[in-house]
Amino acid sequence: MGNRTLIDAKGAFCPGPLMELIAGLKLVEIGDEIEVLSTDEGSAMDIPAWVDKVKHETVGIDQEGEVWHIVVKKMK
Amino acid sequence: MAKKILIVGGGLAGTIVANGLCRQLGKELRANEVNITMLGNDERHMYQPGLLYVPFGRIREKELFRDQTSVLDRRVNFQIDPATKIDAQSKTVTTDSGKTYEADYLVIATGSRLRPDTVPGMVEGAHWLYDLPGARKMREALEAFDGGKIVINVNAPHKCPMAPLETTFMLHDFLAERGLGDKSEIMYTYPIGRLHSLEPVGHWTAGQFEKLGIKSETFFNAKSIDPEKKIIYSEEESEVDYDLLITIPPHNGAEVITDSDLGAGGWVPTDRESLLHEGTTDVFVCGDTTNLPISKAGSTAHFEADTIIDNLVSLVNEGCMARKYDGKVFCFIETGLKEGTYVWFNYTTPPNPGPPGQMLHWFKLAYNRLYWLSARGLL
Repeated sequence: MGNRTLIDAKGAFCPGPLMELIAGLKLVEIGDEIEVLSTDEGSAMDIPAWVDKVKHETVGIDQEGEVWHIVVKKMK
Repeated sequence: MAKKILIVGGGLAGTIVANGLCRQLGKELRANEVNITMLGNDERHMYQPGLLYVPFGRIREKELFRDQTSVLDRRVNFQIDPATKIDAQSKTVTTDSGKTYEADYLVIATGSRLRPDTVPGMVEGAHWLYDLPGARKMREALEAFDGGKIVINVNAPHKCPMAPLETTFMLHDFLAERGLGDKSEIMYTYPIGRLHSLEPVGHWTAGQFEKLGIKSETFFNAKSIDPEKKIIYSEEESEVDYDLLITIPPHNGAEVITDSDLGAGGWVPTDRESLLHEGTTDVFVCGDTTNLPISKAGSTAHFEADTIIDNLVSLVNEGCMARKYDGKVFCFIETGLKEGTYVWFNYTTPPNPGPPGQMLHWFKLAYNRLYWLSARGLL
Protein backbone atom coordinates (compact mmCIF):
# COMPACT_ATOMS: atom_id res chain seq x y z
CA MET A 1 0.00 0.00 0.00
CA GLY A 2 1.30 3.48 -0.91
CA ASN A 3 1.93 6.44 1.34
CA ARG A 4 -0.77 8.94 2.17
CA THR A 5 -0.13 12.71 2.15
CA LEU A 6 -2.46 15.20 3.81
CA ILE A 7 -3.34 18.50 2.15
CA ASP A 8 -5.15 20.74 4.64
CA ALA A 9 -6.99 23.12 2.32
CA LYS A 10 -9.61 24.23 4.85
CA GLY A 11 -10.40 27.92 4.25
CA ALA A 12 -8.33 27.91 1.08
CA PHE A 13 -9.78 30.23 -1.58
CA CYS A 14 -6.79 30.53 -3.89
CA PRO A 15 -5.50 28.41 -5.42
CA GLY A 16 -8.14 26.18 -3.78
CA PRO A 17 -8.43 22.49 -2.91
CA LEU A 18 -8.50 21.08 -6.44
CA MET A 19 -5.46 23.08 -7.59
CA GLU A 20 -3.64 21.98 -4.42
CA LEU A 21 -4.51 18.37 -5.26
CA ILE A 22 -3.31 18.74 -8.87
CA ALA A 23 -0.02 20.18 -7.61
CA GLY A 24 0.26 17.54 -4.89
CA LEU A 25 -0.24 14.63 -7.29
CA LYS A 26 2.87 15.76 -9.18
CA LEU A 27 4.95 15.13 -6.07
CA VAL A 28 3.81 11.61 -5.12
CA GLU A 29 4.31 8.18 -6.66
CA ILE A 30 1.78 5.98 -8.46
CA GLY A 31 -0.13 4.07 -5.81
CA ASP A 32 0.20 6.86 -3.22
CA GLU A 33 -2.86 8.57 -1.83
CA ILE A 34 -3.60 12.20 -1.05
CA GLU A 35 -6.25 13.21 1.48
CA VAL A 36 -7.62 16.70 0.90
CA LEU A 37 -9.40 18.53 3.71
CA SER A 38 -11.74 21.20 2.40
CA THR A 39 -14.42 23.52 3.76
CA ASP A 40 -15.53 24.31 0.20
CA GLU A 41 -18.69 22.38 -0.63
CA GLY A 42 -17.92 22.52 -4.36
CA SER A 43 -14.76 20.47 -3.82
CA ALA A 44 -16.79 17.38 -3.03
CA MET A 45 -17.99 17.49 -6.64
CA ASP A 46 -15.11 19.21 -8.47
CA ILE A 47 -12.41 16.92 -7.18
CA PRO A 48 -14.07 13.58 -8.07
CA ALA A 49 -15.08 15.05 -11.47
CA TRP A 50 -11.48 15.92 -12.30
CA VAL A 51 -10.11 12.69 -10.82
CA ASP A 52 -12.45 10.76 -13.07
CA LYS A 53 -11.37 12.76 -16.15
CA VAL A 54 -7.68 12.03 -15.64
CA LYS A 55 -8.27 8.43 -14.54
CA HIS A 56 -6.98 8.57 -10.99
CA GLU A 57 -9.17 7.00 -8.31
CA THR A 58 -11.42 8.66 -5.74
CA VAL A 59 -10.96 6.36 -2.77
CA GLY A 60 -13.49 8.02 -0.51
CA ILE A 61 -15.39 11.19 0.40
CA ASP A 62 -16.53 11.85 3.97
CA GLN A 63 -17.99 14.89 5.66
CA GLU A 64 -17.29 15.72 9.30
CA GLY A 65 -19.16 18.87 10.25
CA GLU A 66 -18.06 21.56 7.81
CA VAL A 67 -15.03 19.64 6.60
CA TRP A 68 -14.91 17.30 3.62
CA HIS A 69 -12.25 14.59 3.58
CA ILE A 70 -11.55 13.52 0.02
CA VAL A 71 -9.02 10.75 -0.59
CA VAL A 72 -7.55 10.31 -4.07
CA LYS A 73 -5.18 7.60 -5.28
CA LYS A 74 -2.64 8.34 -8.02
CA MET A 75 -3.10 5.71 -10.71
CA LYS A 76 -0.81 6.88 -13.49
CA MET B 1 26.25 36.54 23.32
CA ALA B 2 24.41 38.17 20.39
CA LYS B 3 21.32 36.36 19.13
CA LYS B 4 21.84 35.44 15.49
CA ILE B 5 18.97 35.81 13.04
CA LEU B 6 19.71 34.26 9.65
CA ILE B 7 17.49 34.93 6.63
CA VAL B 8 17.94 32.61 3.66
CA GLY B 9 16.71 34.34 0.50
CA GLY B 10 16.98 37.92 -0.78
CA GLY B 11 13.63 38.26 -2.53
CA LEU B 12 10.67 40.28 -1.30
CA ALA B 13 9.84 38.08 1.70
CA GLY B 14 13.36 37.95 3.08
CA THR B 15 13.97 41.63 2.40
CA ILE B 16 10.82 42.82 4.19
CA VAL B 17 11.65 40.58 7.18
CA ALA B 18 15.23 41.89 7.35
CA ASN B 19 14.20 45.53 7.09
CA GLY B 20 11.32 45.16 9.55
CA LEU B 21 13.58 43.51 12.11
CA CYS B 22 16.08 46.36 11.80
CA ARG B 23 13.33 48.92 12.38
CA GLN B 24 12.11 47.21 15.55
CA LEU B 25 15.43 45.97 16.96
CA GLY B 26 17.50 49.14 16.54
CA LYS B 27 18.48 49.32 20.20
CA GLU B 28 19.42 45.64 20.30
CA LEU B 29 21.45 45.95 17.09
CA ARG B 30 23.35 48.96 18.45
CA ALA B 31 24.12 47.06 21.66
CA ASN B 32 25.24 43.99 19.70
CA GLU B 33 22.58 41.89 21.37
CA VAL B 34 21.26 40.82 17.97
CA ASN B 35 22.78 40.46 14.54
CA ILE B 36 20.96 39.86 11.27
CA THR B 37 22.49 38.10 8.26
CA MET B 38 20.89 37.55 4.87
CA LEU B 39 22.12 35.03 2.32
CA GLY B 40 21.12 35.94 -1.22
CA ASN B 41 22.06 34.76 -4.68
CA ASP B 42 21.98 38.07 -6.58
CA GLU B 43 23.32 41.58 -6.07
CA ARG B 44 20.12 42.88 -7.69
CA HIS B 45 16.56 42.82 -6.38
CA MET B 46 13.94 42.28 -9.05
CA TYR B 47 10.35 43.56 -8.99
CA GLN B 48 8.78 40.39 -10.40
CA PRO B 49 5.26 41.74 -11.14
CA GLY B 50 6.90 44.18 -13.57
CA LEU B 51 7.68 41.25 -15.87
CA LEU B 52 4.02 41.31 -16.92
CA TYR B 53 4.65 44.53 -18.82
CA VAL B 54 7.88 43.46 -20.60
CA PRO B 55 6.39 41.46 -23.50
CA PHE B 56 4.02 44.34 -24.28
CA GLY B 57 6.77 46.94 -24.23
CA ARG B 58 5.10 48.77 -21.34
CA ILE B 59 8.13 48.87 -19.01
CA ARG B 60 11.84 49.38 -19.43
CA GLU B 61 13.90 46.51 -18.05
CA LYS B 62 16.00 48.77 -15.83
CA GLU B 63 12.80 49.68 -13.92
CA LEU B 64 12.62 46.08 -12.68
CA PHE B 65 15.87 46.19 -10.75
CA ARG B 66 17.55 47.94 -7.83
CA ASP B 67 20.77 46.99 -6.08
CA GLN B 68 19.85 44.79 -3.15
CA THR B 69 22.12 46.86 -0.91
CA SER B 70 20.06 49.97 -1.70
CA VAL B 71 16.83 48.19 -0.74
CA LEU B 72 18.22 46.54 2.38
CA ASP B 73 18.86 48.25 5.73
CA ARG B 74 22.60 48.81 6.03
CA ARG B 75 22.61 47.02 9.38
CA VAL B 76 21.88 43.70 7.65
CA ASN B 77 24.98 41.63 6.94
CA PHE B 78 24.14 40.77 3.32
CA GLN B 79 26.16 38.02 1.69
CA ILE B 80 25.82 36.99 -1.95
CA ASP B 81 26.46 33.34 -1.16
CA PRO B 82 23.57 31.03 -2.01
CA ALA B 83 22.61 28.36 0.49
CA THR B 84 23.35 24.83 -0.65
CA LYS B 85 22.14 22.97 2.44
CA ILE B 86 19.76 24.01 5.21
CA ASP B 87 19.59 22.00 8.43
CA ALA B 88 16.41 23.22 10.10
CA GLN B 89 16.93 21.21 13.29
CA SER B 90 20.35 22.62 14.08
CA LYS B 91 19.61 25.92 12.30
CA THR B 92 22.79 25.60 10.30
CA VAL B 93 23.15 26.67 6.68
CA THR B 94 25.98 25.72 4.35
CA THR B 95 26.66 27.91 1.34
CA ASP B 96 28.13 27.82 -2.13
CA SER B 97 31.45 29.23 -0.89
CA GLY B 98 31.74 26.42 1.66
CA LYS B 99 30.95 28.57 4.69
CA THR B 100 28.65 27.42 7.47
CA TYR B 101 26.29 29.83 9.19
CA GLU B 102 24.68 29.04 12.53
CA ALA B 103 21.61 30.80 13.81
CA ASP B 104 19.41 31.16 16.84
CA TYR B 105 16.48 32.02 14.58
CA LEU B 106 16.20 31.01 10.95
CA VAL B 107 13.92 32.46 8.27
CA ILE B 108 13.58 30.40 5.10
CA ALA B 109 12.49 32.66 2.24
CA THR B 110 13.90 30.93 -0.80
CA GLY B 111 11.04 31.56 -3.19
CA SER B 112 9.88 29.47 -6.15
CA ARG B 113 11.15 28.70 -9.64
CA LEU B 114 9.75 27.77 -13.02
CA ARG B 115 9.90 24.12 -14.11
CA PRO B 116 8.95 24.07 -17.81
CA ASP B 117 11.38 21.13 -18.12
CA THR B 118 8.84 18.95 -16.30
CA VAL B 119 6.46 19.06 -19.29
CA PRO B 120 7.92 17.43 -22.43
CA GLY B 121 8.17 19.94 -25.26
CA MET B 122 7.42 23.01 -23.14
CA VAL B 123 10.93 24.47 -23.20
CA GLU B 124 11.14 24.08 -26.99
CA GLY B 125 7.59 25.04 -27.88
CA ALA B 126 6.27 27.59 -25.40
CA HIS B 127 6.81 31.18 -24.29
CA TRP B 128 6.39 32.59 -20.79
CA LEU B 129 6.81 35.92 -19.03
CA TYR B 130 7.53 34.68 -15.53
CA ASP B 131 11.27 35.28 -15.83
CA LEU B 132 13.26 37.92 -17.71
CA PRO B 133 14.75 35.72 -20.44
CA GLY B 134 11.27 34.30 -21.07
CA ALA B 135 9.65 37.73 -21.10
CA ARG B 136 12.22 38.99 -23.64
CA LYS B 137 11.68 35.96 -25.88
CA MET B 138 7.93 36.46 -25.64
CA ARG B 139 8.32 40.14 -26.59
CA GLU B 140 10.23 39.12 -29.74
CA ALA B 141 7.59 36.53 -30.61
CA LEU B 142 4.77 39.07 -30.19
CA GLU B 143 6.66 41.61 -32.30
CA ALA B 144 6.88 39.05 -35.10
CA PHE B 145 3.29 37.83 -34.73
CA ASP B 146 1.06 38.86 -37.61
CA GLY B 147 -2.12 36.96 -36.79
CA GLY B 148 -3.26 33.48 -35.86
CA LYS B 149 -4.19 31.51 -32.74
CA ILE B 150 -2.51 32.29 -29.43
CA VAL B 151 -3.06 29.82 -26.61
CA ILE B 152 -2.42 30.81 -23.00
CA ASN B 153 -1.97 27.60 -21.02
CA VAL B 154 -1.97 27.75 -17.22
CA ASN B 155 -0.46 24.99 -15.09
CA ALA B 156 -0.40 24.21 -11.37
CA PRO B 157 1.20 25.22 -9.13
CA HIS B 158 2.25 28.75 -10.07
CA LYS B 159 2.92 32.06 -8.40
CA CYS B 160 1.02 35.27 -9.03
CA PRO B 161 -2.45 33.81 -9.62
CA MET B 162 -3.72 36.92 -11.44
CA ALA B 163 -0.91 37.20 -13.97
CA PRO B 164 -2.32 34.61 -16.41
CA LEU B 165 -5.59 36.57 -16.71
CA GLU B 166 -3.76 39.89 -16.82
CA THR B 167 -1.59 38.52 -19.63
CA THR B 168 -4.70 37.47 -21.53
CA PHE B 169 -6.48 40.82 -21.21
CA MET B 170 -3.36 42.81 -21.99
CA LEU B 171 -2.69 40.57 -25.00
CA HIS B 172 -6.21 41.22 -26.28
CA ASP B 173 -5.69 44.98 -26.10
CA PHE B 174 -2.16 44.67 -27.54
CA LEU B 175 -3.39 42.78 -30.61
CA ALA B 176 -6.23 45.27 -31.09
CA GLU B 177 -3.76 48.19 -30.94
CA ARG B 178 -1.67 46.56 -33.65
CA GLY B 179 -4.68 45.97 -35.89
CA LEU B 180 -4.44 42.21 -35.41
CA GLY B 181 -7.64 41.75 -33.41
CA ASP B 182 -9.66 40.47 -36.37
CA LYS B 183 -6.81 38.28 -37.61
CA SER B 184 -6.22 36.61 -34.24
CA GLU B 185 -7.87 34.22 -31.85
CA ILE B 186 -7.00 33.94 -28.17
CA MET B 187 -7.67 30.76 -26.24
CA TYR B 188 -7.12 30.33 -22.50
CA THR B 189 -6.78 26.97 -20.75
CA TYR B 190 -7.05 26.48 -16.98
CA PRO B 191 -6.39 23.45 -14.74
CA ILE B 192 -9.72 23.32 -12.87
CA GLY B 193 -13.37 23.48 -13.89
CA ARG B 194 -13.64 27.28 -14.08
CA LEU B 195 -11.52 30.14 -15.40
CA HIS B 196 -9.86 31.05 -12.11
CA SER B 197 -9.33 29.48 -8.72
CA LEU B 198 -11.32 32.32 -7.10
CA GLU B 199 -14.96 31.66 -7.92
CA PRO B 200 -16.06 35.31 -8.27
CA VAL B 201 -13.04 36.06 -10.47
CA GLY B 202 -13.87 32.99 -12.56
CA HIS B 203 -17.49 34.17 -13.04
CA TRP B 204 -16.42 37.70 -13.89
CA THR B 205 -13.81 36.39 -16.33
CA ALA B 206 -16.38 34.25 -18.13
CA GLY B 207 -18.41 37.39 -18.84
CA GLN B 208 -15.33 39.29 -19.99
CA PHE B 209 -14.18 36.46 -22.25
CA GLU B 210 -17.60 36.34 -23.90
CA LYS B 211 -17.56 40.10 -24.41
CA LEU B 212 -14.06 40.05 -25.88
CA GLY B 213 -14.44 36.86 -27.93
CA ILE B 214 -11.75 34.96 -25.99
CA LYS B 215 -12.18 31.20 -26.12
CA SER B 216 -11.36 28.87 -23.27
CA GLU B 217 -11.04 25.28 -22.14
CA THR B 218 -11.13 24.33 -18.47
CA PHE B 219 -9.97 21.10 -16.83
CA PHE B 220 -6.78 21.33 -18.92
CA ASN B 221 -3.39 20.43 -17.44
CA ALA B 222 -0.49 20.24 -19.90
CA LYS B 223 0.91 16.74 -20.37
CA SER B 224 3.17 17.38 -23.35
CA ILE B 225 3.72 19.75 -26.25
CA ASP B 226 4.63 18.92 -29.83
CA PRO B 227 6.56 21.99 -31.00
CA GLU B 228 6.65 20.75 -34.61
CA LYS B 229 2.93 20.10 -34.97
CA LYS B 230 2.17 22.98 -32.58
CA ILE B 231 -0.21 20.98 -30.46
CA ILE B 232 -0.50 20.89 -26.67
CA TYR B 233 -1.85 17.69 -25.15
CA SER B 234 -3.56 17.54 -21.73
CA GLU B 235 -3.71 15.04 -18.91
CA GLU B 236 -7.46 15.09 -19.53
CA GLU B 237 -6.83 13.60 -23.03
CA SER B 238 -7.71 16.76 -24.88
CA GLU B 239 -5.53 18.56 -27.44
CA VAL B 240 -5.33 22.16 -28.58
CA ASP B 241 -3.50 23.49 -31.64
CA TYR B 242 -1.75 26.87 -31.62
CA ASP B 243 0.29 29.29 -33.70
CA LEU B 244 1.87 30.87 -30.63
CA LEU B 245 1.88 29.22 -27.21
CA ILE B 246 2.22 31.18 -23.98
CA THR B 247 2.41 29.04 -20.89
CA ILE B 248 2.46 29.55 -17.14
CA PRO B 249 4.80 26.64 -16.38
CA PRO B 250 4.41 24.50 -13.27
CA HIS B 251 6.59 25.76 -10.41
CA ASN B 252 8.70 24.17 -7.70
CA GLY B 253 10.37 25.62 -4.63
CA ALA B 254 14.11 26.30 -4.65
CA GLU B 255 16.48 23.43 -5.29
CA VAL B 256 18.17 23.91 -1.90
CA ILE B 257 14.90 22.94 -0.20
CA THR B 258 14.68 19.55 -1.94
CA ASP B 259 18.45 19.05 -1.60
CA SER B 260 18.02 19.61 2.15
CA ASP B 261 15.04 17.22 2.38
CA LEU B 262 12.96 20.06 3.73
CA GLY B 263 9.90 19.49 1.60
CA ALA B 264 8.68 17.67 -1.49
CA GLY B 265 8.76 19.86 -4.56
CA GLY B 266 10.65 22.52 -2.59
CA TRP B 267 7.60 23.47 -0.49
CA VAL B 268 8.42 23.64 3.22
CA PRO B 269 5.76 22.29 5.63
CA THR B 270 4.60 25.41 7.49
CA ASP B 271 2.06 26.07 10.22
CA ARG B 272 -0.63 28.28 8.65
CA GLU B 273 -0.91 30.66 11.62
CA SER B 274 2.48 30.79 13.31
CA LEU B 275 4.41 30.44 10.01
CA LEU B 276 6.86 28.19 11.85
CA HIS B 277 8.34 25.29 9.95
CA GLU B 278 6.39 22.33 11.29
CA GLY B 279 8.12 20.68 14.21
CA THR B 280 10.22 23.75 15.11
CA THR B 281 9.88 26.69 17.46
CA ASP B 282 12.46 29.03 15.93
CA VAL B 283 12.48 28.42 12.18
CA PHE B 284 10.07 30.57 10.18
CA VAL B 285 9.07 30.16 6.55
CA CYS B 286 7.99 33.09 4.43
CA GLY B 287 6.76 33.68 0.89
CA ASP B 288 6.45 31.27 -2.02
CA THR B 289 8.39 28.45 -0.42
CA THR B 290 5.78 27.57 2.20
CA ASN B 291 3.51 24.60 1.50
CA LEU B 292 0.49 26.62 2.63
CA PRO B 293 -2.68 26.31 0.51
CA ILE B 294 -2.55 30.02 -0.21
CA SER B 295 -1.71 32.25 -3.17
CA LYS B 296 1.98 32.47 -3.97
CA ALA B 297 1.99 36.25 -4.34
CA GLY B 298 3.93 39.32 -3.31
CA SER B 299 1.19 40.47 -0.99
CA THR B 300 1.13 37.09 0.73
CA ALA B 301 4.88 37.38 1.28
CA HIS B 302 4.38 40.89 2.63
CA PHE B 303 1.63 40.01 5.11
CA GLU B 304 3.47 36.85 6.21
CA ALA B 305 6.66 38.87 6.68
CA ASP B 306 4.86 41.41 8.87
CA THR B 307 3.67 38.58 11.12
CA ILE B 308 7.11 36.97 11.27
CA ILE B 309 8.78 40.31 12.12
CA ASP B 310 6.44 40.83 15.08
CA ASN B 311 6.89 37.25 16.24
CA LEU B 312 10.68 37.30 15.97
CA VAL B 313 10.94 40.61 17.85
CA SER B 314 8.67 39.22 20.55
CA LEU B 315 10.69 36.00 20.78
CA VAL B 316 13.96 37.91 21.06
CA ASN B 317 12.70 40.32 23.71
CA GLU B 318 9.96 38.43 25.55
CA GLY B 319 10.49 34.78 24.71
CA CYS B 320 7.01 34.33 23.24
CA MET B 321 5.14 34.75 19.98
CA ALA B 322 3.17 37.93 19.28
CA ARG B 323 0.42 37.09 16.81
CA LYS B 324 -0.96 34.79 14.14
CA TYR B 325 -1.11 35.19 10.38
CA ASP B 326 -4.72 35.41 9.25
CA GLY B 327 -4.14 34.24 5.66
CA LYS B 328 -4.51 37.69 4.10
CA VAL B 329 -3.82 38.07 0.37
CA PHE B 330 -4.38 41.18 -1.76
CA CYS B 331 -4.04 41.17 -5.53
CA PHE B 332 -4.38 43.81 -8.20
CA ILE B 333 -5.85 42.61 -11.50
CA GLU B 334 -4.99 44.43 -14.72
CA THR B 335 -8.11 43.91 -16.85
CA GLY B 336 -6.51 45.39 -19.96
CA LEU B 337 -3.92 47.99 -20.86
CA LYS B 338 -6.01 50.79 -19.34
CA GLU B 339 -8.23 49.40 -16.53
CA GLY B 340 -7.80 47.36 -13.37
CA THR B 341 -9.42 46.10 -10.18
CA TYR B 342 -8.34 44.26 -7.00
CA VAL B 343 -9.40 41.45 -4.71
CA TRP B 344 -8.50 40.54 -1.12
CA PHE B 345 -9.35 37.63 1.14
CA ASN B 346 -8.05 35.69 4.13
CA TYR B 347 -8.64 32.30 5.73
CA THR B 348 -12.15 33.31 6.84
CA THR B 349 -13.21 36.11 4.46
CA PRO B 350 -14.04 35.08 0.90
CA PRO B 351 -12.90 37.21 -2.07
CA ASN B 352 -15.20 39.82 -3.64
CA PRO B 353 -13.55 41.78 -6.50
CA GLY B 354 -14.98 45.15 -7.47
CA PRO B 355 -15.71 46.40 -11.00
CA PRO B 356 -12.67 47.43 -13.08
CA GLY B 357 -11.80 51.07 -13.48
CA GLN B 358 -9.12 53.39 -14.72
CA MET B 359 -8.28 54.68 -11.25
CA LEU B 360 -7.32 51.22 -10.00
CA HIS B 361 -5.19 50.64 -13.08
CA TRP B 362 -3.34 53.89 -12.34
CA PHE B 363 -2.94 52.85 -8.72
CA LYS B 364 -1.38 49.57 -9.89
CA LEU B 365 1.00 51.55 -12.12
CA ALA B 366 1.85 53.72 -9.11
CA TYR B 367 2.44 50.58 -7.04
CA ASN B 368 4.94 49.41 -9.67
CA ARG B 369 7.04 52.34 -8.38
CA LEU B 370 5.91 52.20 -4.71
CA TYR B 371 6.95 48.51 -4.46
CA TRP B 372 10.45 49.64 -3.47
CA LEU B 373 9.00 51.32 -0.38
CA SER B 374 7.28 48.04 0.52
CA ALA B 375 10.52 46.10 0.15
CA ARG B 376 12.25 48.65 2.38
CA GLY B 377 9.55 48.17 5.00
CA LEU B 378 8.17 51.70 4.63
CA LEU B 379 4.83 50.82 3.04
